[in-house]
Amino acid sequence: MTTPTEPTDRPTQRQPVKFYQTGTFTIGNRLLPENVRSVQADMRRTNSLNSGHRACQGCGEALGARYAIDAAMQATGNQLIAVNATGCLEVFSTPYPETSWQIPWIHSLFGNAAAVASGVAAALRVKGRREARVVAQGGDGGTTDIGFGCLSGMFERNDDVLYICYDNEAYMNTGVQRSSATPPAARTATTPAMGAHPGNEFGTGKNVPLIAMAHRIPYVATASVANLRDLEQKVTTAMEIHGARYIHIHVPCPLGWGSAPADTIRLARLAVESGLFPLYEARDGHVTSRTQIRRQVPVDEYLKLQKRFAHLFGNAAGAESVALVQSMADRNIAEFGLLAEDAAHE
Amino acid sequence: MLKQIEGSRATAEAIALCRPEVICAYPITPQTHIVEGLGEMVKSGELEGCEFINVESEFAALSVAIGASATGARTYTATSSQGLLFMAEAVYNAAGLGLPIVMTIGNRAIGAPINIWNDHSDSMSMRDAGWIQLFAETNQEALDLHIQAFKLAEELSCPVMVCMDGFILTHAYDRVDMPSQADVDAFLPPFEPRQVLDPADPVTIGAMVGPEAFTEVRYLAHHKQLRALSLIPQLSSDFAARFGRASGGLVRPYRTADAETIVVALGSVIGTVKEVVDEMRGEGVAIGCVSICSFRPFPLAALREVLERAQRVVVLEKCLAVGLGGIVSDGVRKALSGIMLKGYTVIAGLGGRAITRESLRQLFLDAAEDELEQVTFLDLNADIVANELERETQQRRSGPTAEAILRRLGTVASGIG
Amino acid sequence: MSGAEMLSVAAFLEGRYAQAFPSFGSERMGAPVMAFCRIDDREIRLREPVLAPDALIIQDPTLLHQVDLFSGLAQGGYVLINSTRSFAELGLSDLMRGAWRSHMCTVPATELALKHVRRPLPNAALLGGFAAISGQIKIQSVAAAIREKFGRAVAEANVAAAEEAYALVRTTKETADA
Repeated sequence: MTTPTEPTDRPTQRQPVKFYQTGTFTIGNRLLPENVRSVQADMRRTNSLNSGHRACQGCGEALGARYAIDAAMQATGNQLIAVNATGCLEVFSTPYPETSWQIPWIHSLFGNAAAVASGVAAALRVKGRREARVVAQGGDGGTTDIGFGCLSGMFERNDDVLYICYDNEAYMNTGVQRSSATPPAARTATTPAMGAHPGNEFGTGKNVPLIAMAHRIPYVATASVANLRDLEQKVTTAMEIHGARYIHIHVPCPLGWGSAPADTIRLARLAVESGLFPLYEARDGHVTSRTQIRRQVPVDEYLKLQKRFAHLFGNAAGAESVALVQSMADRNIAEFGLLAEDAAHE
Repeated sequence: MLKQIEGSRATAEAIALCRPEVICAYPITPQTHIVEGLGEMVKSGELEGCEFINVESEFAALSVAIGASATGARTYTATSSQGLLFMAEAVYNAAGLGLPIVMTIGNRAIGAPINIWNDHSDSMSMRDAGWIQLFAETNQEALDLHIQAFKLAEELSCPVMVCMDGFILTHAYDRVDMPSQADVDAFLPPFEPRQVLDPADPVTIGAMVGPEAFTEVRYLAHHKQLRALSLIPQLSSDFAARFGRASGGLVRPYRTADAETIVVALGSVIGTVKEVVDEMRGEGVAIGCVSICSFRPFPLAALREVLERAQRVVVLEKCLAVGLGGIVSDGVRKALSGIMLKGYTVIAGLGGRAITRESLRQLFLDAAEDELEQVTFLDLNADIVANELERETQQRRSGPTAEAILRRLGTVASGIG
Repeated sequence: MSGAEMLSVAAFLEGRYAQAFPSFGSERMGAPVMAFCRIDDREIRLREPVLAPDALIIQDPTLLHQVDLFSGLAQGGYVLINSTRSFAELGLSDLMRGAWRSHMCTVPATELALKHVRRPLPNAALLGGFAAISGQIKIQSVAAAIREKFGRAVAEANVAAAEEAYALVRTTKETADA
């Protein structure tokens, strides 16, 4: 049996580089044909997550959610219901007495977003509301840990739900505690940078996109706020499919990662270009496309911009850990075929 | 139409008559037959316009129900014991959000020690979550209460738990009168939600509420249950008018008018109590009983009216407030605030131990003579207790209590008691 | 459906009130299982297990000497045992002594079931036998209850087993009465 990450086609030449002006208000995608312009550049975008929410400066999740939900709205003709797990997104978007959501939205509990969404989908189905669709959203904590059981149940039943996980790699809302999505060596409040193994342990952690693929659901994708057009496209693709779908979005968190708010998109891009966060799509358990790394960067460039990895620099043990992280990145590149054969390595 | 069927089946058929739109099911003894029956009816097409979802846990079951109810579907689920605890977070959530979900509790003891038989500890564990809690005396009342429950829940926008004794009711074949679809349709109109997730009219459900408004939101939930105190008797009387029999309501007194001793109980045990009451009345003892049908909201005024002229009240409970004594007794005491009479708490039937006519008779005779302790555990085997306590004083590593007691009891074939 | 449940349906079909429920023991395959049935002409309010039975139907005679099945049996109570052997052969002569001989009987219910239904499920036959020994339920009601719960072919086979058991026990009873 082939592992789900075996690429089915290896490119033999460098992927052509496209230049986009994406999501800028000044140019507004006018250099692009209409059909490839981003949803966010469109004056008719729904602003489903409206301004005025209380997210931190530089919040990757707010950025990702804004793009993802507006894309889903466009894809469904504005017939979307959102179910949100407890977490940063839920808290900063609905501080009493205000709400940033311009769409029907429900927050139930921390661990049940996928199940609540299954219920919404069932009700829509029984009432014959074929055009209305449902999206569930949660952070990594609410998805990979406490919400894992309900997530698997929704996958297994193939309920018509798109689940979006905004992965900032820790329980941020409660003060930066370790989750099963926290990368090795990262400092969090419950994996402090001290002792023989400072930061999060190596050899732990859960890869939920792969687990989603193991359920053989119709569509799984990873996305990043480094490539917002790609993110929108994946959401749009997902909404064309009926059944259980999962998109895992990498969203840097300046507060939790100890990075500059202005670095959010840069960090997301470095994670992709180093190989630590592979971008790919999968259908029915098999990878069907991946985004090539244009220019591979060593993981140091990514890690050193974040205080949560500061303890890895300037000492021998830390250097060993960095080397381990590098090998993880290299492994991703190999397994997903992220580099063209003749691509230059740094 | 009269039928002789299993209590679970009767309940399932009554729920089907209420035209549920989403049913989520997770198995746990002793409610499983109910959801199995409903699943069969959906699959066979007998119950149309209904989605039946097999979920992966009780927490998922109620969560799916929350999503479905919030989207405007009439929603139902069922559980017992451990399952109710596993969904505890969602139980509070559903009530807090004001979603009119109806859920059957097949009353079963909560472990440890693990026990599949009947008592009320499960429902009692969620008594303050904000759900309305109705207790059925018979399988007829169980099916009737579900019909009333949907109407009550939807009128108030408050979830309702219908509690029926596991095995004793769920697994008993009884004669029941199953209403017609036409009669149920006339009694229970289609669900019109107060709040609904609808792209045409977006709302935010489940926002955070801080100190400046939390108290008011909670007060309104309390107020809602107080309103139910008038709504429940009204529904019961509407039900009687349409279906021709008494069921539901707040409390049901039996021969209490001139009673000196009144027994208070919930659920099926009241049937046995009535038999003993009749027997003792025949011997000239001034005794009566009252069953509490609506445990939440707790019928303080209605109960006071029934009990206030008695000399003593015996509260027979199938639950235990560990370290305190009675749970139902607390409410009864509160109902009798300011009135001087003797009150006795009797803990009985825990974990499915049979409550026999004989034991009750002796108990009530003792009560009538005021020869009862404040708190009595009915039919407690004092020898077993003494032996275990002694064993524990002898060595630190005395091992699991349950195992030790079972070893002492030897093989128990049917556990009648 | 258990024998007790079927009996309750038969009583219901006669316009009586009936309540059938399992003993509150573990529902495991192979474990001793008891079921109870109460029949009355008015609503049954009592919810305790049947501690003083008016009748005992013993489906599995291997339990006879393991569990005290007869405790609480009323004076003149009916006893029907599923066996090809007689009461004496089962070691129960003591019970048969006295005026209530004709209230006790064995009937080869499993064999009758195998003969008519080709499955070793003795419930229907036992109920037929019970109708005969006790007169508390009509054989027609037993047949009707069987027909209500089973599909056509299986129902008729079970009815045949019940009716043969009824006839057998009737004969035995008439002999005992004589």
